[in-house]
Amino acid sequence: MSNEGLKVKVDNNSENIDALQREVESLKTKLEEERLKLNDVTLPDVAGRLESIPSLNIKVRRVLKGHQGKVLAMDWSQDKRHIVSSSQDGKMIVWDAFTTNKEHAIAMPTTWVMACSYAPSGTLVACGGLDNKCTVYPLSFDEDVTAKKRPVATHTSYMSCCKFTNSDQQILTGSGDSTCALWDVESGQLMQSFHNHTADVMSIDLSPSETGNTFVSGGCDKMAMIWDMRTGDCVQKFDGHDADINTVKFYPSGDAFASGSDDGTCCLYDLRADKEVNCYTKQSIIFGVNAVDFSVSGRLLFSGYNDYTVNVWDTLKGNRICILYSHENRVSCLGMSPDGTCLCTGSWDFTLRIWA
Amino acid sequence: MAHRRRQDTAGNGQVEENPNYIVYRKMESIVEKMQDDVTGVPVRTVKSFMTKIPSVFTGADLINWMMKNLDIEDQTEALHLAHLVAAHGYFFPIDDHVLTVKADGTYYRFQTPYFWPSNCWEPENTDYAVYLCKRTMQNKTRLELADYEAENLARLQKMFSRKWEFIFMQAEAQAKVDKKRDKLERKVLDSQERAFWDVHRPVPGCVNTTEVDIKKACRQNRPLKVIKPNYAVPGGRISPSVSEAELHNPSDGLKIQINTLKQQLDRRNVKLSKVAESYVSFYEQYQEYDPFSTTPEPANPWLCDTPEFWEIEKNLKDLPPRRVKRWAFSLPELLRDPAGREQFAKFLDKEYSGENLRFWEACQELKKVASKDVTSKVQETWDEFLAPGAHNPVNIDSKAMALTTKNMETPDRYTFDTAAEHIYYLMKSDSYARYIRSEMYKEVLLGSKKKPKRPVLVKLKSFNMGGGQSFY
Repeated sequence: MSNEGLKVKVDNNSENIDALQREVESLKTKLEEERLKLNDVTLPDVAGRLESIPSLNIKVRRVLKGHQGKVLAMDWSQDKRHIVSSSQDGKMIVWDAFTTNKEHAIAMPTTWVMACSYAPSGTLVACGGLDNKCTVYPLSFDEDVTAKKRPVATHTSYMSCCKFTNSDQQILTGSGDSTCALWDVESGQLMQSFHNHTADVMSIDLSPSETGNTFVSGGCDKMAMIWDMRTGDCVQKFDGHDADINTVKFYPSGDAFASGSDDGTCCLYDLRADKEVNCYTKQSIIFGVNAVDFSVSGRLLFSGYNDYTVNVWDTLKGNRICILYSHENRVSCLGMSPDGTCLCTGSWDFTLRIWA
Repeated sequence: MAHRRRQDTAGNGQVEENPNYIVYRKMESIVEKMQDDVTGVPVRTVKSFMTKIPSVFTGADLINWMMKNLDIEDQTEALHLAHLVAAHGYFFPIDDHVLTVKADGTYYRFQTPYFWPSNCWEPENTDYAVYLCKRTMQNKTRLELADYEAENLARLQKMFSRKWEFIFMQAEAQAKVDKKRDKLERKVLDSQERAFWDVHRPVPGCVNTTEVDIKKACRQNRPLKVIKPNYAVPGGRISPSVSEAELHNPSDGLKIQINTLKQQLDRRNVKLSKVAESYVSFYEQYQEYDPFSTTPEPANPWLCDTPEFWEIEKNLKDLPPRRVKRWAFSLPELLRDPAGREQFAKFLDKEYSGENLRFWEACQELKKVASKDVTSKVQETWDEFLAPGAHNPVNIDSKAMALTTKNMETPDRYTFDTAAEHIYYLMKSDSYARYIRSEMYKEVLLGSKKKPKRPVLVKLKSFNMGGGQSFY
C-alpha cells in the first residue's frame, strides 16, 4: 500500500472515532437527562423525617492478636462467633472471636494472603493471594489441616477476593487479571467466568437474596458491575468514583450496594434507580476506603480507611455519626457479624478488633 | 543530597501512580494553605537564652488552625489528622524522631517540598548509609545518633563493607558542603533531612507511611500492555469507562461504551422518591432487629460476655414474638428462619400443597450441589415433581412446563429456574398471604404452647450440610 493510501485509512479511522465519540457524548447527555427526570427528591430529603441517630457507644470489645504481619482479609462464620483471617506473613488463622482463642493457624506456601472466606457449613475455609490461586482447607482437629488442602482456582494474576456462594461446593473469585470466576470446589472446574472489567478486580459481594443469582464487583477501572451468575453477563454498570474501587457490599435488602474507593468516598448505588443515590464524604477525609459494611437495618454504614479509622455513616441522611479510633495502622478489612451484633475490623497493625 | 528524584512520567501516562499519591496531593493542598503567610499557621523564630530556634510553630497553633480551617468536628479528629500529616513528613517535631503532634507548646517545623514523599522514590539503603555516616562526622549533640540509628549504621556497614570507603567519602563531601552553610539555615536543613529519614526509615514501632498496598504495587509493576494513544478527547478527559484494554483499538472501546449507554437508556428505572421511601421503610421495619440501633434481648453477647443471646436463638421452643413477627415481613424472611420454614411447611401440608415448597427447595439445593452431581439431581427433581406420574407433582403452567421439558435435554443447575420462579410466585401470592393471616401463625405469634414436633436444629443442619459433603 502506498503512503498515500495509508494516510487516507488513518484519516478515515480518526473520523470514525470522532463520530463514535460524538455519539457517546450525545448518549451521555441523554442518559443524564433521563436520570434527572427520575431525580424528583434526594434520599437525605426523604430521610429527613427520621429521627437522628443518637450517639453510639461503640467500643472495642475484643482484640485478636496472633498475626505477625498485616491482616489483609477476614470473614465471619455463619455460627456468628468464628472468624477466619489472613495476613501478609502467609498465615491464615481461624479464631473463636468470642473467647479470642486461635483454633487453627494454617501456614500458606506463599506470603500475602489477600483473601479468605468461610464456607457456609463452617467446615471449610478458602484463601489465596499473590500465588494467583484459591486453595480450600477442610477444618479438622484430628489431623494436619494442610494435608487435606485442595487447589480450586487459578488466575493469571493475584487473587484479590473470594467468597463461597450459598454453598460449600462453589466459590467465586476476583483477580488482578480483571476477571471474576465461579468454580466448582470439588473438581476445580471453572463454571463461569465474568469478563468486562478493564482493570484489576478488587472486591466482590453476593446478593443477599437466596434466589438472587447475582453478585457485584468493583475494581481499579473505577467501575462497579452487577453480574448474572448463570449467564456470565454484566447486567448493570455503575461509575462515578475518581479512583480505584476497593470494596463493594450489598445493602441488606439486596436493592443497592455500597462502594468504597481510593478517592476517599463511599457511595450508595441503587439497582432499581440504576444510579448513585447517596455519597459519604467529607473534605477532611483524605485517605482511601478499603472496606464497607452495613448494620442489619441498613441505617449504619461502617467504612474502614487507610487513616487507621472506621467511620460510621448514617446511610440514609448521609452524615457521619462518629469515628472509631483504635487501630494503629491502615484498616484493611471489616465485616459485620452475621447477626449484626458486632463489627470485626482487621488492620496493618497485625490485629483484628471486635466492636460493639 | 543524593536522593533519587521521582521521574516525571505522569505526563505521558506510562506509569500508573500508586494510590499513596492521591493522599500526598490532598495533604499538600492542606499544607500549602497552612503555610500561607497571612492566613496560615503562624511561623516564627523563637529566641531562647543563648540560642535561636528558626522557623517553628507550636502544636497548639497548628491544631487551632486546623479546627478553624478544615471541616473537622473535634480536637481528637484534628490531632489524628495532624499526626497522619506529620507521619507522612509534611511537618515534624523539631527534636523528636517520633513523628506525631501534641496540642501544646511543642515546636514543629514544615518540611521543604524537596523532601515531600511525592517528590522522592523510595530512597536506597546506600543513601541512608551516607546520611548516618555523615551524622557521625558532625560533632554536635543535636546530631548524635539515636540508639536505633547506631544499630542501623552498624548493620549497613556490615552489608556494604565492600563499598564502605565510597560511602564514607560521599558522607565526607556532603558534610563539607553542609559546614559552609549559615548556622540557622543548617539547623533547619539538618532537621528537615532527619525528618525525611524518620519518614522513610521510621523509629522501630512507628508506621512507615510510604508502604504501598500490595495489590496496588502488583498493578503498578505490571508492564502495561498497550501504550495509550494520544488522541484528543473532547472535554479533555477520558471518561472512566475507557480503559487500557479498550484503548488498544479506540473504536472498539467506543462501540462497547455506546452499547452500554444504550442499554442504560433502555432500562426502566424507578423514581428516586419511590426508592428513597423503600430505604426508610426498610429501616423502620428492621430497626428493632439491629443490635446497633436497639439493645438486643437478651444482652449482646459481646458486651455481657455470655453466649445466652445465641443459645436462645437456637432454642426453638418458645419463640419470642419479636422473631415470629419478622416472618410476616416477607416470604424470604419466613424461609430464612428454620423455625419459620418448618411452620410454613406444616401449613402447606395441611393445605395439600407441601410439594410446592419442597420443589422450590430442591431447585435451590440444585444450585448448590457439586458439578458432578448436577445431572443426577436434575433427574431426581424431575422424577419427583414434574415427570408424568411423579409422586409429588407440582402444578406449573403449560408454558413453563414446555420450557422445562426443553431444558431437560441439556440439564444444568438452572433447568428448573422458570418453573421454580412460577411456584415461588404461587407460594408468595397465595399460600404465604394466607399463612400470615392464619390461626396457625397467630398462635405461634402469641406464644402458644404448641411446639414443633422435632427440633428444627436438626433440619437446619441437614439443610446446610446436604449434598456431596463426603468427598473430603
